[in-house]
Formats: sequence, structure tokens, C-alpha cells
Amino acid sequence: MSFLVRRLAFYLVAAWVALTANFFIPRAMPGNAVESIMDKFPNLQPSAYKAIEAMLGVGHPGSLWHQYTSYLDDVAHFNFGTDVTNYPASVSQVLGEAIPWTLILVGTATVISFLLGTGLGIMAGWRHGGFLDRSLPGLMFLQAIPYFFFALVLVYIFAIKLHWFPIAQGYDGETTTPGWHWNFIASALQHSLLPALTIVLTSVAGWMLQMRNVMITTIGEDYVVAAQAKGLSNHRVIFTYAARNALLPQLQGFGLALGFVVSGALVMEIVFSYPGIGLLLLNAVTSNDYPLMQAIFLVITFAVLIANLVVDLVIVLFDPRVRARGTGR
Amino acid sequence: MSWLSSFWRQLPMRAKVGAVLLGIFILAAIIGPLVASYAPGYQNPSPSLSLKPPSAQYLLGTTQTGQDVLSQLLTGIRLTLVLAFLVGAIATALSVLVGMTSAFLGGVWDEVLSLITNVFLVIPALPLLILLLGYLPNRGQTPTIIVLAGLGWQWGARVIRAQTLTIRNRDFIAASRESGEKTWRIILFEIMPNEVSLIAASFVNTVLYAIGASVALAFIGLADLNSWSLGTILYWAQAGQALQIGAWWWFLPPGIAVALIGTSLVLLNTGFDELGSPRLRASRGSARIAGHRVWATDPTPVLQQLIGSPGRVYAFFHSFSRSSLLDNSTAGGELG
Repeated sequence: MSFLVRRLAFYLVAAWVALTANFFIPRAMPGNAVESIMDKFPNLQPSAYKAIEAMLGVGHPGSLWHQYTSYLDDVAHFNFGTDVTNYPASVSQVLGEAIPWTLILVGTATVISFLLGTGLGIMAGWRHGGFLDRSLPGLMFLQAIPYFFFALVLVYIFAIKLHWFPIAQGYDGETTTPGWHWNFIASALQHSLLPALTIVLTSVAGWMLQMRNVMITTIGEDYVVAAQAKGLSNHRVIFTYAARNALLPQLQGFGLALGFVVSGALVMEIVFSYPGIGLLLLNAVTSNDYPLMQAIFLVITFAVLIANLVVDLVIVLFDPRVRARGTGR
Repeated sequence: MSWLSSFWRQLPMRAKVGAVLLGIFILAAIIGPLVASYAPGYQNPSPSLSLKPPSAQYLLGTTQTGQDVLSQLLTGIRLTLVLAFLVGAIATALSVLVGMTSAFLGGVWDEVLSLITNVFLVIPALPLLILLLGYLPNRGQTPTIIVLAGLGWQWGARVIRAQTLTIRNRDFIAASRESGEKTWRIILFEIMPNEVSLIAASFVNTVLYAIGASVALAFIGLADLNSWSLGTILYWAQAGQALQIGAWWWFLPPGIAVALIGTSLVLLNTGFDELGSPRLRASRGSARIAGHRVWATDPTPVLQQLIGSPGRVYAFFHSFSRSSLLDNSTAGGELG
């Protein structure tokens, strides 16, 4: 268990670093966030200065330490202040509406892409030099395309030219309203297909290439040759002998690459005007909505940290060596 | 120059393709702005020249305000590449510094530096970049380069630390330490030359990250929008509703340029990987041995069984004949 305890401690440190950076960035940056908002809205009265200060949390009375502790307290209660653009709504309300969209779309698509890429990687590594393996350079081209640009191309072909899919939005606002009924779910599914396809197609090559490389080195190991010499079926050798061990570096890579995938997916949402965190982030950037930007940064960071923790749990499940190290030898 | 040509011959095919492709773009970055026929921001006043599809005069068509897309592209490649290479150089220097210090000093230094590296690895870079650049009052080149480099060194540092740890324990390092060489000399002249390929790979990776991140940041408007880079062209295309209008010549070329630069870097890197570990090299695939496809991962085929494999019908009749008593295989044969 000590492996998990150590990892948990590490994630706590990482979370604390993110929180602290989030606290200090507005205070350390040249230029004043309050003034830049005042510049943005010239019809604001000078008396609004204090109000904006209070809203951003920079004008807190007391020492820096006092500000810091009250900030941590706010975050712990999901109190991120009031939103600038959607004025009466609080930041956490706005976030709460956007998170499910991103979580379902990006989460599902990433898992599908990881499983698909790993499976294809196993095949490509096993049949080294075969059809799948030779198609890799083409897939690398897909991988090098920025997510959002690939999204642009897909929208142009499938939504604008062929009319197979809707152009934008998360659901059809004219025919349905959000809720747990079939009409809405069907509409949401239809709208999520193209974004999901974008994520899968652009990220699958990365997983595949990594898995292929690990597979090739694993297949060269003596124990795999021994398994073949015993006359085990190919199927058994691939999955229970080679792939199982090749999967461990792949899983570790999954945790680290998650930040990239999520970041790419966020920018992609902008192309589709998908009502998730990414679009929210764009709106926050264009309207200088600093409280929202900061809250989004925290939400994304924490999501990635939690996902990494889950990956660590899976690794413990898969790798007896990690468990053995934990019980203390 | 003979070592150069022999080095080139050693390179795997993928690396060669990548190097040529990248070379083309570097050439475009150097001479592009000089050969562009129009200033990238020049707005042609004639309304008939707005949103023109590609023609002989405007090879890649024009934008909504009559700007020449090809000229924008030729100018934009320079800015994007310069920024990416600068970020790559600074971030790689940082990762060498952190990785080597951490591995060489060991102890508490190692613990602290590794912890910092790992924290940077796990915190997603793009949202933090957006937050930092969002707070900056002017979003020019220099702040962008500093911020991108400050958040792009961690992958390299991790790899270089691991490699330094293994090299540090080799005999020749112990020997040079015994002979009284200074620590900085050991690091610079004994360890560094052994890690050149690793440092090159991490440089290529960082350039790749910088291109992706800078283009994405410009696309959402977090860049100097008066300058011309591949990202800002895409930003203006998106702002001008190029997609909805169907002006494919406006948003396709910059995106394809980004993708091709990215592909060339990925190809270079996999090529470097293959140079380091020959097993990863593309093999010739399956071979045909006695009419059977045999893969490198298959057990060695036993030829005797394969050669004499008769057809099923023949084997059926053969099993009734007297000569069948001489062979010990069953009727039909398993390989039949």
C-alpha cells in the first residue's frame, strides 16, 4: 500500500502547487486585472473599482496569509466568486452546467481512443512490418494535426458539404430542451459524434505508436519465446504474455498524456461551439473573465490529477511488482 | 563532409523524409517573406477580389478583405518556426540543467528537483498557459516564448535525469573523478557527449509542443493579433467565418502547413528512436517459406512438414494405399 500512499501524497502536493499558483498568478502578473476590466468596459463608473476588486478577490483586507487562507476556504466550498459575463450567476453555477458535457464527451472519446489505439498497437507490434505497421506514417500525419484544425476539416466535409452531421452546438435548441428524455439524448448523441470522432482519430495514432514500440521490445524477451516454444496458441502468447506486460508503460503514458488530450479537446470544443469547458474558457478569455479562467484551470487540473490517481490504481491492479514493493521486502 | 554523408546514409528512411520536409519549411521561413508577392496585411480595395478561390494571380485565393492567403502563409511560417525553435532551445537548455543537476548532485537536490519536474508533468500545460497569457497585458512574442519555455522543459528533464543516472555509475566517470577532473568538466565533456541524441530528441519534441501550443493559443486569440503566424491566420479565418462560407482555401493551407511541420518532426523523432534501437526499425514483414507466410514473431517453421503437404483428396486416397503404412501421419495430415 505504500506505493499508493506515496502517490496520494504526490498528488496532494501537485494539487497544492496548482492552488497556490492560481492564488499568486493574479497578484504577480504585471498589470492590474481590475484596471484591465475597467478598460474593457469604459462605461463603468470609477466607483465600480472596489466592487470589481471584491469580485476578483484581490482587494481582500488583511495580510497576504489571511487572503491565502480565505482563498483556500473558498475553493474548498466551491466558491469561486461571481461570474463577470453572466453577471448574477456564480462561477460554480456556470461551471456546473458545462462540466457534464466535457466530461462525457472527452472522457468517453479518450477511453475509446486509448483502447482502440492499444489494440491496434498490439496487432502492429505483433505483425511487425505488416499492413497496420506500414500504415503508421500516415497515422502520424493525423497525430501531428492540431485537434482544432482536424475538427475544422471534419466540419467542412461532413457538416457543411455532406450535411451528415449538425455543424455546431451540443444539441438542437429549436426542437428539444435538456432533460432526461429520448428526444434530447438522441439530439445530444447526434451532435457529439463528430467531436468524438475528432478526438479518436487524432489521438489514436499516439497510443498505437507507443504500444507498438513496447510490444516489439517485449516480444523479443526470452519468456515470450519460451511461451511460443511450449506451443501455446498465438492468442494466448499475445494477450497473456506479451501485451499484459507491454500495457504497463502504456498506462503510465496514459496518465501523463491525459493533460495533452484534454487540452487539445478543449480547443476542439471551440470549433464545434460545444457547450463544455473549452467553449467556456474561450468566452472567459475573450471577455477577460478572470475568476472564470482561474476556476476552469483548477477544475481541469484536478480532473487530470484524479484521472492520474485512477491510472495508478489500475497499475497496482495489473502489476504484482508494485504490490510486492508495497508490502515491504 | 564525408562524415555527414555517411551519417545521412545511416539514417532510417523515416528520418530522411522528415528532415527533407522540415528543410523545405525552414527554407520557406528564410526566403518566404522575401518572395511573397503582397504584404500579408495588404487589403485589396477592389470588392471583386474578396474571397476569391485560388487562381493564377492568387495561388491560394484571397480572404474576406482581399488579402493574399499565399503571402500570409509565407510570412506566417517564419514567425511560427522562429518562435517554436526559440522555445525549443530555451526549454531544452532548462531540461538539461534540471535533469543533470538532479541526477548528478543526488540526495535532497534530486528529491526536490524530481518533485518539481513531476508536478510540472502532471499539471496540464494549456490551461495554465491560457491563464498566464490571459493575465498578461501585452501578448507579444517575448512573453509567449518565456511562458511556453517555462512550461515545456519537464519531459526532457525527466528523460535526461534517468539517462544521467545510469551514465553516472559507469566506470569511466569514476575514473575521471579519481583523476581529479572537476565536476563541471565531467558534466560537460564526459556525460554530455553521451546524451547528444537524447538532447536532440527532446529538442525536437519540445519544438513540436511549442508549435502545437502556440498555434492553439493564437487560434483562441491569445497572441499578438497584428502579427502573422500560422495560428493568427487560422484565428482570422475562424473570425471571418471561413468555414461557414465554405472558403476552404483560407483555413486549409495554414492548418496543413502546421500538420506537415508536425509530421516532419514526428518522423525525425521516430527515425532517431530507430537509430538508437534497431529492433524498432520497420521490418520487411512476413516471408514466404514453402508457400506459407511466416512472420518474424512466429516460431521457426519446421520445413519437413511443410514441404510434403499433400492435398486433402490425395491424402484421403493415399491413406488406403500400402505406402501409407510407411508414414506416421494421420489421414489428411494436420497441415493439409
